[in-house]
Amino acid sequence: MASDVLTLVNIVVGTFLVTLFGITFGLLTKGVDRKLAAHMQWRIGPPVIQPFRDVFKLLCKESIVPRNAVSWLYNMAPIVCLASTVTILLYIPFGSIAPILGHYGDVILILYLLTIPSLAMVTGGFASGSPFATVGAQREMVLMMSYEFPLATTVIALGWKISTLNPSMPVFSLETFAQYPVWNIMGPLGIVGAAILLLIMMLVTTGEITKVPFDIAEAETEIAEGLFVEYSGRNLALFYLADAVKTVVMASLIVAIFFPYNLSPLLKDYLTLPSFGCYTMDFLFYLLKLEIVIFFAMTFIRVSVARFKVDQVVKMYWGYLTLAAIIALVLIGLDIYIGGV
Amino acid sequence: MPTPNKHFDKSLWVFHVNTGSCNGCDIEILAALTPRYDVERFGIKLVGSPRHADALLVTGPVSRDMVDKLKRFYEQVPDPKVVIVIGSCGISGGVFHESYDLVGPVDRIIPVDVYVPGCPPRPEAIIDGVVKAWLKLERLRGENK
Repeated sequence: MASDVLTLVNIVVGTFLVTLFGITFGLLTKGVDRKLAAHMQWRIGPPVIQPFRDVFKLLCKESIVPRNAVSWLYNMAPIVCLASTVTILLYIPFGSIAPILGHYGDVILILYLLTIPSLAMVTGGFASGSPFATVGAQREMVLMMSYEFPLATTVIALGWKISTLNPSMPVFSLETFAQYPVWNIMGPLGIVGAAILLLIMMLVTTGEITKVPFDIAEAETEIAEGLFVEYSGRNLALFYLADAVKTVVMASLIVAIFFPYNLSPLLKDYLTLPSFGCYTMDFLFYLLKLEIVIFFAMTFIRVSVARFKVDQVVKMYWGYLTLAAIIALVLIGLDIYIGGV
Repeated sequence: MPTPNKHFDKSLWVFHVNTGSCNGCDIEILAALTPRYDVERFGIKLVGSPRHADALLVTGPVSRDMVDKLKRFYEQVPDPKVVIVIGSCGISGGVFHESYDLVGPVDRIIPVDVYVPGCPPRPEAIIDGVVKAWLKLERLRGENK
């Protein structure tokens, strides 16, 4: 009984801390992204804390609900979007710190949870009663359906390999992924397959956080910010925060699946640190990995290319990336077969 | 009207309305966004929807067609907000002052806070106009205290 209460307290306090971390680091990442993008375009760019200012400003603005909007859905969507995004973070390990709800769900659950923020955005878009928002919501749905398959294939391929090595382990748990890092368990063919899967994951991330070239749903020059066209003030700030947290979520997922390495096991022969020091070091290393992943999945792509058309996005995900995912799956299958013999 | 907080000045999102200008001012506005002037370093961002905007940049002398639309744009921007008129046309009608199609200038239709004269004004002048808009926001803060 006492342990139950303790677990509950742990979860509540942990959720609070994770929310705080997700929002703060997400906004900071957005700032770093804008700064790096500016430098890549030979500009100076806004200060790194700019996103914080944006959010504080939005919070003091009027929150307009259009007359023909479904007001309860319209106001609920941003809250659901932010809450569900933060929830995903609870299932993902930070460095060597185990996820708070790690025992209650695995990657498959995360894949399902990832659709909820998008669905909340779609609901909000349809509820705002603007033709632009409706078009944006439809595009968001198209986007969501497009990247689902490559994303699922990535997870399944890696889970397949782990399951052949250790049938007794919970295959899709992120802790298992951390125990058997992808690159250590694969043969040469498998490594090629995993590299393809990493590339796919990166491109899916860009779509998942709806950044250029996959920002068809909120194309501001084309359909006037799409989904968010009617949102202002507090509601827009919540969507802004949800976007920031989602960036952290997707990057964390890539780090947890592909780069679950930590510094402390490598350095333990040279350094003697208290466990607190180890956790801090791993956490900082994890933040560094996040920034690198976000740079390549978001900033670099966003600055390099222009926006795709809707049909091009679908062709990209359902065509090229799905094909690549299947090739990677076959490669990993071959790897398993050869390894088995 | 809600009070603008101290972060407001440093994160001014602008929405750009062309009410029938010759495109000269619009190009100067875009020039202010280019790497040479880079207004994003002051937190100024061009947004695609008036609902997200804090400042309305109006160019052009307001032709008859645009009157209702300009009013609607103004009403769609959530409070607190500022209106900045860019270019001589919006201030006095400019070269179009005798036109049969002219309903403006802009301040006959919506309240204007800052005028940036010029045909077209230089990007520096536009940035200066935005700085003047900060003064209005400061005044609002003072009134609501």
